[in-house]
Amino acid sequence: MAIKRHDGRKWDEARPIIAKAGVIPQADGSGFFKIGDSTAYAAVYGPQELHPRFMQNAKKGIIRCHYNMQPFSGPGSRGRPGPNRRSKEISMVMENALSPVLQLEDYPNTVVDVHVEFTETDAGSRCAGICAAAIALADAGISMKDMVASMAVGHMDGDIVVDLDGVEEHHKGEVADIPLAVIPSTGEITLLQMDGVTDPKIVLKAIKTGRDIVAKVSEIQRQALLDRYPTESPKWKEIAKKYKEAKK
Amino acid sequence: MNDTMKKNFHDALRKGVRRDGRKLTQFRDLEIEFGVSSTSHGSARVKAGNAEIIAGVKIDLGTPYPDTPDEGSLMVSTEMLPLSHRKFEGGPPGIDSIEAARVVDRTIRESKAMDLKGLCITEGEKIWFVAVDLMPVSYDGNMIDLGVIAAMAALQDARLPKIDKEGKVLLEELSDKKLPLKEKPLAVTVFKYADQYVIDPTEVEERAYDARLTIGLLDNGHLCSLQKGGEGPLTVDDIEHMFDLADKTAKGIRKSIK
Repeated sequence: MAIKRHDGRKWDEARPIIAKAGVIPQADGSGFFKIGDSTAYAAVYGPQELHPRFMQNAKKGIIRCHYNMQPFSGPGSRGRPGPNRRSKEISMVMENALSPVLQLEDYPNTVVDVHVEFTETDAGSRCAGICAAAIALADAGISMKDMVASMAVGHMDGDIVVDLDGVEEHHKGEVADIPLAVIPSTGEITLLQMDGVTDPKIVLKAIKTGRDIVAKVSEIQRQALLDRYPTESPKWKEIAKKYKEAKK
Repeated sequence: MNDTMKKNFHDALRKGVRRDGRKLTQFRDLEIEFGVSSTSHGSARVKAGNAEIIAGVKIDLGTPYPDTPDEGSLMVSTEMLPLSHRKFEGGPPGIDSIEAARVVDRTIRESKAMDLKGLCITEGEKIWFVAVDLMPVSYDGNMIDLGVIAAMAALQDARLPKIDKEGKVLLEELSDKKLPLKEKPLAVTVFKYADQYVIDPTEVEERAYDARLTIGLLDNGHLCSLQKGGEGPLTVDDIEHMFDLADKTAKGIRKSIK
């Protein structure tokens, strides 16, 4: 597959990624994820008491995602601030993408609020948002079975590519964009959407070949958390020592 | 914050003690970064302690108002995001958010920082419409003062969109033309706690103030906007003292962000 991409990337090469944890001091947990020119900030507040009370579930907590683009974060003219139908739908699919790894039964009657804001977008914003949110949830110390990694896969005229950017999404020929979210340890898929006319065989091929590449994004997310909580730090060693002694 | 906590807080201030070790009238160290959003026409990030604000500019083609056919227009909006602090909730903007947005907008507008005539393309037909949006990433008090700094920095960073040979505006391509800025206004809010004056409070400190006065200042020390806030009254002596403090603080800020 020797596809030529407009920015010289290989078919399986993502745009440059910067990931950070703990970027918002006021939040219980926070994450930053920049892929190419799509930048997401995520803040987690909670678990906290859920109001109105009739929404509370005595068996498990709930997660609420809030996806929002800043008015200057889209192409062309200023965007209208506030929620719209698109942002509401994306918030919902983000909740579904993240909740399979969350052990919300540990937090009955509560809500975990995840706010995701964008300062710039160039395709793949929901995927960047999920990556930032997963970092923020881990940073907040929410019980998780695994990380959730997310990136778009797709094809251009039948050639599989990963992480399509804005120019590629508007490719003149046949093109499909498939945002994926993956649980790395099991390979299960928690986000799957697509637009574009495509042969189902190509879609399956894109998902099969793209899945492992998407899962690798989790290594970058983990590194962001390791950078925030370095295991070599004296404080960490002290905690580890206390834990060992307590176990005896 | 209950009455006992408030009293303790005031006692500490009387001894000149703040939680982060600053002097009562000391502004936090400012960190300004330009060009943080590729989709905007200009942007900046301002950090002060745990507070962080990103400002983004979008410039669009518009038609002038009938009463000012040769003037462009400028708008500054602020939304207190639930992302930035747990005290903000989603939904329509609360009164804090509306006040901050309006005072920031008024300070910049009334200072005549922008030469609106310089935003006119064809009189009576085409003008530039400049919109600045302030996004608190991490809220830690003093939104108005920090907001004006962030908005002005983003306006300085901004470049007008390109116009091609046929006169078509290319919103996604930038020219090298800067915005016609003439002034660098600042806002300094002086907070009054019992008989003490405090500058640049954090979010926790903001919970206990009695009254505040936001003072918009030009380079030459003239005022361009005022806004009194809080339940407590101010005496004329208070106001005089606050003007003095604001002037000194503004000079300090100007020196530090030169």
